[in-house]
Amino acid sequence: MLPHPFTVERVRRETHDTFTLELKGTNGIGGFSFAPGQFNMLYRFGTGEVPISISGDPERSDTLVHTIRAVGTVTESMERLKKGDIIGVRGPFGRGWPVLEARGCDVLIVAGGIGLAPLRPVMYRLLSRREQYGKIAILYGTRTPSDILYSKELEQWRSRFDLQVRVTVDRGEKDWKGHIGVVTTLIPRASFDPHEAVAMICGPEVMMRFTIRELEKRGVRRSNIHVSMERNMKCGIGFCGHCQYGPTFVCKDGPVFPYEKIEHIFRIREI
Amino acid sequence: MHTLEPILTEHPFLKGLNHAYIQLITGCARNVRFEPGQFLFREGEEANEFYIIRHGRVVMEIFTPERTAIPIQTVEEGEIIGWSWLIPPYHWHFDAQAVDMVRAIALDGKCLRNKCEEDHDMGYELLKRFAHIMEQRLQAARLQLLDVYHPHSGVAGPSARALKNKKR
Ligand SMILES: Cc1cc2nc3c(=O)[nH]c(=O)nc-3n(C[C@H](O)[C@H](O)[C@H](O)COP(=O)(O)OP(=O)(O)OC[C@H]3O[C@@H](n4cnc5c(N)ncnc54)[C@H](O)[C@@H]3O)c2cc1C
Ligand code: FES
Repeated sequence: MLPHPFTVERVRRETHDTFTLELKGTNGIGGFSFAPGQFNMLYRFGTGEVPISISGDPERSDTLVHTIRAVGTVTESMERLKKGDIIGVRGPFGRGWPVLEARGCDVLIVAGGIGLAPLRPVMYRLLSRREQYGKIAILYGTRTPSDILYSKELEQWRSRFDLQVRVTVDRGEKDWKGHIGVVTTLIPRASFDPHEAVAMICGPEVMMRFTIRELEKRGVRRSNIHVSMERNMKCGIGFCGHCQYGPTFVCKDGPVFPYEKIEHIFRIREI
Repeated sequence: MHTLEPILTEHPFLKGLNHAYIQLITGCARNVRFEPGQFLFREGEEANEFYIIRHGRVVMEIFTPERTAIPIQTVEEGEIIGWSWLIPPYHWHFDAQAVDMVRAIALDGKCLRNKCEEDHDMGYELLKRFAHIMEQRLQAARLQLLDVYHPHSGVAGPSARALKNKKR
């Protein structure tokens, strides 16, 4: 599958190392439908290709949105993209978050750092069909106040009466009057029915492990806990075996999995 | 007289505790209030009380050798702050400062210590509850220490940017 050329419409700086790209299809490529949690392979010509989750609104298929943290060769080169530049896109790939299955349930979203990006489409989807869900809580933890992603949107969401939004940082700064402590400390404070709650977690694996432990302490069923896995990828479609572990392909069967299905591979780093 | 007993009985920390113990604990409790910026206690001071926060947010800070305060955690409504009153030499190991207006129930640690010495069953019940909080804080401190969101943390592997910076 060859990458389609997309034009960079807008680059938005989110934090010191994270930025959002808004892309539009060229060559007459129109809408881009995707399910929350799916990812694209983004190709920077001459540098390489990386899997990046789609972080935009699934109802707005005219623009493709990706939020990227510059951590290495390809993502750092993408940091230099400007309006009008061309980027290659393959996708959307993978199995996303269980937004349909969660209808009628309370929904708990727990995100750490850049992990908020793949969960933002879930928020858009839940809010566009708010009446179909019970209580919704979004718990977001990041390193410092200046690392908070989508801070304006979080503020808007926090002002709603039908949503619990809690943000915490691992390290406070001088003027920070908000919560300090790891994201797991927010779990006992969230109001939801543990027996009827679906949890969606995305962040560094250690953070997800601690979060799962805390959710289980509150009585959330393992089968109702869903996590997004990050593994090295190449083809994105279950051919090359880069992301494979046993019969499981993270690119095709995931990246979102019910925790009980991947518990056994959860601690393995390089596959 | 207005008593704190109903509030203490309902609080998750003391929930399920024998009524007689609640009455004893109520005897050691009083309502307190702190203005924003006011210290509940400071590092090195004698630890004679612990607090059940009823309203507002308290930040726990540790002073570094450079004398700058590092905020390590915040504690909010419904939560407990302080267990140094339980463990000799009964001194605070950090500062606790009100971020906004804080209302709390202060429990007299000395009074409780004596009661726990007299009645070991009650002592055991209280220790069990504090052990639970200590375990939670220890887990949180471990996760905080890992600094999982930092590209240098090694949690997601060392980033190229981190490696490049190292080489410089
Ligand atoms: C399904 C999926 C969805 C993803 N979604 C997003 C997303 O929405 N936004 C986003 O920014 N990233 C996302 N990632 C991670 C992203 O793919 C990697 O950060 C990227 O591949 C790194 O490539 P690079 O060439 O820039 O770095 P490389 O030069 O390949 O990597 C350099 C070093 O960075 C380490 N590294 C890789 N990923 C990370 C990371 N995330 N954090 C810290 N260090 C890392 C590697 O272990 C390596 O040692 C996703 C990954 C997967 C599998
Ligand atoms: S990336 Fe090739 S099989 Fe998953």
